[in-house]
Amino acid sequence: MSQLFPLFLDACLINNFILAYFLGICPFLGVTREVNTSARMGGAVIFVMLVSSVCAFGVNALLTGLGVEFLRLISFIVVIASTVQLVEMAIKKLSPALFRSLGIFLPLITTNCAILAVALFQTAREYRFLQCVTYALGAGVGFFLVLVLMASMRQHLDLSDTPKSVKGTVLALVVAGILSTAFMGFAGMGGGS
Amino acid sequence: MTADTFSKGLWRENPVFVQVLGMCPVLAVTNTAINSMAMGLATLFVLVMSSTLVSLLRHLIPKQVRIASFILIIATFVTAVDYVIQAISVELHKALGAFISLIVVNCIILGRAEAFASKNGVLDAMKDALGMGLGFTFGLLCLGGVRELFGSGSLFGWHVLGPHFEPWVLMVLPPGGFFTLAGWLWLIELRKGRAT
Repeated sequence: MSQLFPLFLDACLINNFILAYFLGICPFLGVTREVNTSARMGGAVIFVMLVSSVCAFGVNALLTGLGVEFLRLISFIVVIASTVQLVEMAIKKLSPALFRSLGIFLPLITTNCAILAVALFQTAREYRFLQCVTYALGAGVGFFLVLVLMASMRQHLDLSDTPKSVKGTVLALVVAGILSTAFMGFAGMGGGS
Repeated sequence: MTADTFSKGLWRENPVFVQVLGMCPVLAVTNTAINSMAMGLATLFVLVMSSTLVSLLRHLIPKQVRIASFILIIATFVTAVDYVIQAISVELHKALGAFISLIVVNCIILGRAEAFASKNGVLDAMKDALGMGLGFTFGLLCLGGVRELFGSGSLFGWHVLGPHFEPWVLMVLPPGGFFTLAGWLWLIELRKGRAT
Protein backbone atom coordinates (compact mmCIF):
# COMPACT_ATOMS: atom_id res chain seq x y z
CA MET A 1 0.00 0.00 0.00
CA SER A 2 2.82 2.38 0.91
CA GLN A 3 4.17 2.20 -2.65
CA LEU A 4 0.92 3.23 -4.25
CA PHE A 5 0.94 6.88 -3.24
CA PRO A 6 4.41 7.64 -4.66
CA LEU A 7 3.31 5.90 -7.84
CA PHE A 8 0.27 8.15 -8.02
CA LEU A 9 2.40 11.27 -7.53
CA ASP A 10 4.88 10.06 -10.10
CA ALA A 11 2.25 9.62 -12.80
CA CYS A 12 0.36 12.76 -11.82
CA LEU A 13 3.05 15.40 -11.24
CA ILE A 14 6.65 14.27 -11.63
CA ASN A 15 6.30 12.49 -14.95
CA ASN A 16 3.17 14.28 -16.04
CA PHE A 17 1.90 12.73 -19.25
CA ILE A 18 1.53 15.98 -21.14
CA LEU A 19 4.45 18.01 -19.87
CA ALA A 20 7.14 15.38 -19.40
CA TYR A 21 6.16 12.61 -21.82
CA PHE A 22 4.40 14.75 -24.46
CA LEU A 23 1.43 12.43 -24.69
CA GLY A 24 -1.98 13.73 -25.62
CA ILE A 25 -0.68 16.95 -27.12
CA CYS A 26 -3.55 17.07 -29.64
CA PRO A 27 -6.35 17.55 -27.07
CA PHE A 28 -3.93 19.66 -25.01
CA LEU A 29 -3.65 22.20 -27.82
CA GLY A 30 -7.09 21.57 -29.29
CA VAL A 31 -9.58 21.83 -26.45
CA THR A 32 -7.88 24.17 -24.00
CA ARG A 33 -9.58 27.32 -25.16
CA GLU A 34 -12.17 27.25 -22.38
CA VAL A 35 -11.92 26.05 -18.81
CA ASN A 36 -15.33 24.34 -18.85
CA THR A 37 -14.79 22.20 -21.91
CA SER A 38 -11.28 21.25 -20.90
CA ALA A 39 -12.49 20.16 -17.45
CA ARG A 40 -15.08 17.92 -19.10
CA MET A 41 -12.52 16.50 -21.46
CA GLY A 42 -10.20 15.83 -18.51
CA GLY A 43 -12.98 14.04 -16.65
CA ALA A 44 -13.73 11.84 -19.64
CA VAL A 45 -10.04 11.01 -20.00
CA ILE A 46 -9.70 9.97 -16.33
CA PHE A 47 -12.68 7.66 -16.73
CA VAL A 48 -11.61 6.03 -20.00
CA MET A 49 -8.04 5.68 -18.74
CA LEU A 50 -9.18 3.72 -15.68
CA VAL A 51 -11.49 1.43 -17.65
CA SER A 52 -9.02 0.77 -20.46
CA SER A 53 -6.16 0.21 -18.02
CA VAL A 54 -8.17 -2.53 -16.28
CA CYS A 55 -9.13 -4.06 -19.64
CA ALA A 56 -5.54 -3.90 -20.93
CA PHE A 57 -4.36 -5.66 -17.78
CA GLY A 58 -6.75 -8.53 -18.47
CA VAL A 59 -5.90 -8.72 -22.16
CA ASN A 60 -2.18 -8.72 -21.45
CA ALA A 61 -2.56 -11.58 -18.97
CA LEU A 62 -4.49 -13.53 -21.59
CA LEU A 63 -1.98 -12.87 -24.39
CA THR A 64 1.00 -13.75 -22.20
CA GLY A 65 -0.78 -16.94 -21.19
CA LEU A 66 -1.27 -17.88 -24.83
CA GLY A 67 2.28 -16.86 -25.75
CA VAL A 68 1.30 -14.40 -28.48
CA GLU A 69 2.80 -11.15 -27.15
CA PHE A 70 3.38 -9.79 -30.63
CA LEU A 71 -0.35 -9.20 -30.91
CA ARG A 72 -0.21 -6.86 -27.90
CA LEU A 73 -0.29 -3.54 -29.74
CA ILE A 74 -3.10 -4.60 -32.07
CA SER A 75 -5.20 -5.96 -29.20
CA PHE A 76 -4.65 -2.86 -27.06
CA ILE A 77 -5.84 -0.50 -29.73
CA VAL A 78 -8.90 -2.63 -30.40
CA VAL A 79 -9.64 -2.84 -26.67
CA ILE A 80 -9.35 0.92 -26.27
CA ALA A 81 -11.52 1.66 -29.29
CA SER A 82 -14.22 -0.71 -28.10
CA THR A 83 -14.01 0.55 -24.51
CA VAL A 84 -14.60 4.07 -25.70
CA GLN A 85 -17.54 2.91 -27.78
CA LEU A 86 -18.96 0.95 -24.84
CA VAL A 87 -18.53 3.83 -22.41
CA GLU A 88 -20.23 6.11 -24.89
CA MET A 89 -23.25 3.82 -25.19
CA ALA A 90 -23.45 3.30 -21.43
CA ILE A 91 -23.37 7.03 -20.68
CA LYS A 92 -25.94 7.71 -23.39
CA LYS A 93 -28.29 5.21 -21.76
CA LEU A 94 -27.64 6.07 -18.11
CA SER A 95 -27.25 9.83 -18.20
CA PRO A 96 -28.27 11.71 -21.33
CA ALA A 97 -27.32 15.00 -19.67
CA LEU A 98 -23.73 13.91 -19.14
CA PHE A 99 -23.65 12.51 -22.67
CA ARG A 100 -24.64 15.85 -24.12
CA SER A 101 -22.03 17.70 -22.12
CA LEU A 102 -19.24 15.32 -23.14
CA GLY A 103 -20.45 15.33 -26.74
CA ILE A 104 -17.70 15.04 -29.31
CA PHE A 105 -14.95 14.41 -26.75
CA LEU A 106 -15.65 10.74 -26.12
CA PRO A 107 -14.90 9.44 -29.64
CA LEU A 108 -11.86 11.73 -29.82
CA ILE A 109 -10.35 9.97 -26.82
CA THR A 110 -9.72 6.88 -28.96
CA THR A 111 -6.91 8.68 -30.75
CA ASN A 112 -5.51 10.16 -27.56
CA CYS A 113 -2.07 8.63 -27.29
CA ALA A 114 -2.03 9.03 -23.51
CA ILE A 115 -4.59 6.24 -23.17
CA LEU A 116 -2.60 3.79 -25.26
CA ALA A 117 0.56 4.87 -23.48
CA VAL A 118 -0.87 3.99 -20.05
CA ALA A 119 -1.63 0.49 -21.34
CA LEU A 120 1.86 0.16 -22.86
CA PHE A 121 3.75 1.56 -19.86
CA GLN A 122 1.95 -0.56 -17.30
CA THR A 123 2.78 -3.64 -19.38
CA ALA A 124 6.41 -2.68 -19.89
CA ARG A 125 6.91 -2.04 -16.17
CA GLU A 126 5.03 -5.21 -15.20
CA TYR A 127 2.73 -3.51 -12.71
CA ARG A 128 0.36 -5.63 -10.67
CA PHE A 129 -3.35 -4.96 -10.73
CA LEU A 130 -3.57 -2.35 -7.96
CA GLN A 131 -0.49 -0.58 -9.28
CA CYS A 132 -2.08 -0.42 -12.74
CA VAL A 133 -5.22 1.21 -11.39
CA THR A 134 -3.22 3.70 -9.32
CA TYR A 135 -0.99 4.54 -12.25
CA ALA A 136 -3.95 5.09 -14.57
CA LEU A 137 -5.68 7.25 -11.97
CA GLY A 138 -2.54 9.32 -11.43
CA ALA A 139 -2.01 9.82 -15.13
CA GLY A 140 -5.66 10.80 -15.59
CA VAL A 141 -5.66 13.29 -12.72
CA GLY A 142 -2.41 14.80 -13.99
CA PHE A 143 -3.92 15.14 -17.44
CA PHE A 144 -7.02 16.83 -16.00
CA LEU A 145 -4.90 19.21 -13.92
CA VAL A 146 -2.74 20.34 -16.83
CA LEU A 147 -5.71 20.77 -19.19
CA VAL A 148 -7.48 23.03 -16.69
CA LEU A 149 -4.32 25.02 -15.85
CA MET A 150 -3.58 25.54 -19.52
CA ALA A 151 -7.15 26.57 -20.35
CA SER A 152 -7.20 29.12 -17.54
CA MET A 153 -3.97 30.68 -18.75
CA ARG A 154 -5.08 30.77 -22.36
CA GLN A 155 -8.33 32.42 -21.40
CA HIS A 156 -6.38 35.17 -19.69
CA LEU A 157 -3.99 35.49 -22.62
CA ASP A 158 -6.88 35.96 -25.04
CA LEU A 159 -7.72 39.19 -23.27
CA SER A 160 -4.19 40.52 -23.08
CA ASP A 161 -2.38 42.45 -25.74
CA THR A 162 0.00 40.09 -27.56
CA PRO A 163 1.77 40.54 -30.92
CA LYS A 164 -0.35 39.31 -33.82
CA SER A 165 2.27 36.92 -35.14
CA VAL A 166 2.39 34.82 -31.96
CA LYS A 167 -1.36 34.48 -31.38
CA GLY A 168 -2.71 30.93 -31.35
CA THR A 169 -0.47 27.89 -31.49
CA VAL A 170 2.85 29.71 -30.98
CA LEU A 171 1.71 31.39 -27.79
CA ALA A 172 0.14 28.16 -26.54
CA LEU A 173 3.43 26.33 -27.08
CA VAL A 174 5.43 28.97 -25.24
CA VAL A 175 3.01 28.79 -22.31
CA ALA A 176 3.26 25.00 -22.39
CA GLY A 177 7.04 25.27 -22.30
CA ILE A 178 6.95 27.52 -19.24
CA LEU A 179 4.42 25.23 -17.57
CA SER A 180 6.65 22.28 -18.34
CA THR A 181 9.64 24.07 -16.81
CA ALA A 182 7.56 24.71 -13.70
CA PHE A 183 6.57 21.06 -13.46
CA MET A 184 10.22 20.05 -13.59
CA GLY A 185 10.34 21.44 -10.07
CA PHE A 186 8.31 18.46 -8.91
CA ALA A 187 11.16 16.15 -9.87
CA GLY A 188 12.63 16.44 -6.38
CA MET A 189 9.47 15.02 -4.83
CA GLY A 190 10.27 11.51 -5.96
CA GLY A 191 12.90 11.24 -3.24
CA GLY A 192 15.02 8.85 -5.25
CA SER A 193 12.19 6.38 -5.66
CA MET B 1 -2.46 16.58 -59.45
CA THR B 2 0.56 14.46 -60.39
CA ALA B 3 3.68 16.20 -59.17
CA ASP B 4 1.74 18.17 -56.62
CA THR B 5 0.47 15.01 -54.92
CA PHE B 6 4.03 14.31 -53.87
CA SER B 7 5.41 17.77 -53.25
CA LYS B 8 2.58 19.31 -51.24
CA GLY B 9 3.52 17.31 -48.15
CA LEU B 10 7.09 18.60 -48.25
CA TRP B 11 6.34 22.21 -47.58
CA ARG B 12 2.96 23.70 -48.47
CA GLU B 13 1.01 21.18 -46.37
CA ASN B 14 3.89 20.09 -44.18
CA PRO B 15 2.40 17.94 -41.42
CA VAL B 16 4.57 19.42 -38.67
CA PHE B 17 4.72 23.11 -39.48
CA VAL B 18 1.49 23.75 -41.34
CA GLN B 19 -1.02 21.12 -40.28
CA VAL B 20 0.44 20.82 -36.74
CA LEU B 21 -0.50 17.13 -36.63
CA GLY B 22 1.14 14.24 -34.81
CA MET B 23 2.69 16.52 -32.23
CA CYS B 24 3.45 13.87 -29.61
CA PRO B 25 6.44 12.22 -31.33
CA VAL B 26 7.48 15.58 -32.77
CA LEU B 27 8.11 16.90 -29.28
CA ALA B 28 9.05 13.74 -27.45
CA VAL B 29 11.83 12.10 -29.45
CA THR B 30 13.51 15.13 -30.98
CA ASN B 31 16.16 15.61 -28.31
CA THR B 32 18.85 14.43 -30.74
CA ALA B 33 19.07 14.50 -34.53
CA ILE B 34 19.59 10.73 -34.75
CA ASN B 35 16.43 9.95 -32.79
CA SER B 36 14.46 12.37 -34.95
CA MET B 37 15.78 10.75 -38.09
CA ALA B 38 14.89 7.23 -36.92
CA MET B 39 11.45 8.29 -35.79
CA GLY B 40 10.84 10.11 -39.07
CA LEU B 41 11.89 7.12 -41.17
CA ALA B 42 9.81 4.70 -39.08
CA THR B 43 6.77 6.92 -39.51
CA LEU B 44 7.53 7.31 -43.22
CA PHE B 45 7.59 3.54 -43.67
CA VAL B 46 4.34 2.95 -41.79
CA LEU B 47 2.70 5.83 -43.62
CA VAL B 48 3.66 4.58 -47.09
CA MET B 49 2.80 0.94 -46.39
CA SER B 50 -0.53 1.60 -44.73
CA SER B 51 -1.58 4.17 -47.35
CA THR B 52 -0.78 1.68 -50.10
CA LEU B 53 -2.71 -1.11 -48.45
CA VAL B 54 -5.66 1.11 -47.60
CA SER B 55 -5.77 2.30 -51.18
CA LEU B 56 -5.63 -1.28 -52.49
CA LEU B 57 -8.43 -2.39 -50.20
CA ARG B 58 -10.53 0.76 -50.53
CA HIS B 59 -13.33 -0.97 -52.46
CA LEU B 60 -13.43 -3.98 -50.14
CA ILE B 61 -13.70 -2.20 -46.78
CA PRO B 62 -17.30 -1.35 -45.81
CA LYS B 63 -17.80 2.31 -44.95
CA GLN B 64 -19.09 1.67 -41.43
CA VAL B 65 -16.00 -0.13 -40.18
CA ARG B 66 -13.37 1.76 -42.17
CA ILE B 67 -11.72 3.56 -39.26
CA ALA B 68 -11.35 0.34 -37.28
CA SER B 69 -9.92 -1.43 -40.34
CA PHE B 70 -7.44 1.41 -41.00
CA ILE B 71 -6.26 1.27 -37.39
CA LEU B 72 -5.74 -2.49 -37.62
CA ILE B 73 -3.71 -2.11 -40.82
CA ILE B 74 -1.59 0.62 -39.23
CA ALA B 75 -1.09 -1.36 -36.01
CA THR B 76 0.16 -4.36 -38.02
CA PHE B 77 2.87 -2.33 -39.75
CA VAL B 78 3.84 -0.59 -36.53
CA THR B 79 4.33 -3.95 -34.83
CA ALA B 80 6.61 -4.96 -37.71
CA VAL B 81 8.63 -1.72 -37.47
CA ASP B 82 8.92 -2.12 -33.71
CA TYR B 83 10.55 -5.54 -34.11
CA VAL B 84 12.78 -4.40 -37.00
CA ILE B 85 14.18 -1.46 -35.01
CA GLN B 86 14.76 -3.75 -32.05
CA ALA B 87 16.72 -6.08 -34.34
CA ILE B 88 18.82 -3.29 -35.86
CA SER B 89 19.74 -1.41 -32.71
CA VAL B 90 18.60 -2.16 -29.18
CA GLU B 91 20.03 1.18 -28.09
CA LEU B 92 17.87 3.13 -30.51
CA HIS B 93 14.86 1.06 -29.53
CA LYS B 94 15.44 2.04 -25.91
CA ALA B 95 15.82 5.72 -26.76
CA LEU B 96 12.59 5.85 -28.73
CA GLY B 97 10.81 3.67 -26.17
CA ALA B 98 7.07 3.50 -26.30
CA PHE B 99 6.96 6.11 -29.04
CA ILE B 100 7.46 3.50 -31.74
CA SER B 101 4.30 1.74 -30.62
CA LEU B 102 2.60 5.09 -30.37
CA ILE B 103 3.00 5.65 -34.12
CA VAL B 104 -0.35 3.83 -34.24
CA VAL B 105 -2.15 6.83 -32.82
CA ASN B 106 -0.18 9.39 -34.85
CA CYS B 107 -2.97 11.43 -36.41
CA ILE B 108 -1.04 11.98 -39.65
CA ILE B 109 -1.22 8.34 -40.65
CA LEU B 110 -4.90 7.86 -39.94
CA GLY B 111 -5.54 11.30 -41.40
CA ARG B 112 -3.86 10.45 -44.71
CA ALA B 113 -5.59 7.05 -44.84
CA GLU B 114 -8.98 8.64 -44.31
CA ALA B 115 -8.54 11.84 -46.30
CA PHE B 116 -6.47 10.62 -49.22
CA ALA B 117 -5.66 6.91 -49.57
CA SER B 118 -9.25 5.71 -49.18
CA LYS B 119 -10.34 7.92 -52.09
CA ASN B 120 -7.45 7.64 -54.55
CA GLY B 121 -5.54 5.09 -56.61
CA VAL B 122 -2.54 3.17 -55.34
CA LEU B 123 0.13 5.22 -57.11
CA ASP B 124 -1.31 8.55 -55.98
CA ALA B 125 -1.70 7.26 -52.44
CA MET B 126 1.93 6.16 -52.37
CA LYS B 127 3.13 9.50 -53.70
CA ASP B 128 1.04 11.39 -51.19
CA ALA B 129 2.26 9.23 -48.30
CA LEU B 130 5.88 9.55 -49.42
CA GLY B 131 5.60 13.34 -49.58
CA MET B 132 3.89 13.61 -46.21
CA GLY B 133 6.34 11.19 -44.62
CA LEU B 134 9.36 13.07 -45.95
CA GLY B 135 7.81 16.35 -44.83
CA PHE B 136 7.32 14.87 -41.39
CA THR B 137 10.92 13.63 -41.25
CA PHE B 138 12.11 17.07 -42.35
CA GLY B 139 10.08 18.69 -39.58
CA LEU B 140 11.49 16.30 -36.98
CA LEU B 141 15.03 16.97 -38.18
CA CYS B 142 14.52 20.74 -37.96
CA LEU B 143 13.56 20.33 -34.31
CA GLY B 144 16.04 17.62 -33.44
CA GLY B 145 18.94 19.49 -35.05
CA VAL B 146 18.29 22.71 -33.16
CA ARG B 147 17.72 20.93 -29.86
CA GLU B 148 20.83 18.77 -30.13
CA LEU B 149 22.98 21.68 -31.28
CA PHE B 150 22.07 23.90 -28.35
CA GLY B 151 21.42 21.18 -25.80
CA SER B 152 24.61 19.19 -26.16
CA GLY B 153 26.69 21.14 -28.71
CA SER B 154 26.70 18.34 -31.25
CA LEU B 155 24.92 17.28 -34.43
CA PHE B 156 24.27 13.61 -35.22
CA GLY B 157 26.66 12.84 -32.37
CA TRP B 158 29.53 14.96 -33.83
CA HIS B 159 30.74 17.75 -31.60
CA VAL B 160 30.54 20.87 -33.71
CA LEU B 161 30.51 23.72 -31.24
CA GLY B 162 33.89 23.06 -29.69
CA PRO B 163 34.92 22.22 -26.12
CA HIS B 164 34.19 25.66 -24.69
CA PHE B 165 30.50 25.48 -25.44
CA GLU B 166 28.39 25.33 -22.31
CA PRO B 167 25.46 22.99 -23.09
CA TRP B 168 22.06 24.54 -22.75
CA VAL B 169 20.52 21.61 -20.91
CA LEU B 170 16.98 22.95 -21.00
CA MET B 171 16.85 22.32 -24.74
CA VAL B 172 17.11 18.53 -24.46
CA LEU B 173 14.64 18.45 -21.57
CA PRO B 174 10.87 18.53 -22.23
CA PRO B 175 10.43 22.35 -22.10
CA GLY B 176 13.01 22.73 -24.88
CA GLY B 177 10.72 20.83 -27.23
CA PHE B 178 7.88 23.25 -26.67
CA PHE B 179 10.12 26.30 -27.03
CA THR B 180 11.84 25.08 -30.19
CA LEU B 181 8.59 24.22 -31.93
CA ALA B 182 7.14 27.56 -30.89
CA GLY B 183 10.21 29.26 -32.35
CA TRP B 184 9.94 27.50 -35.71
CA LEU B 185 6.21 28.18 -35.99
CA TRP B 186 6.81 31.80 -35.14
CA LEU B 187 9.48 32.16 -37.84
CA ILE B 188 7.08 30.67 -40.39
CA GLU B 189 4.32 32.96 -39.24
CA LEU B 190 6.60 36.00 -39.57
CA ARG B 191 7.63 34.96 -43.06
CA LYS B 192 4.02 34.49 -44.05
CA GLY B 193 3.16 37.91 -42.68
CA ARG B 194 5.87 39.51 -44.82
CA ALA B 195 4.79 37.69 -47.98
CA THR B 196 1.20 38.94 -47.90
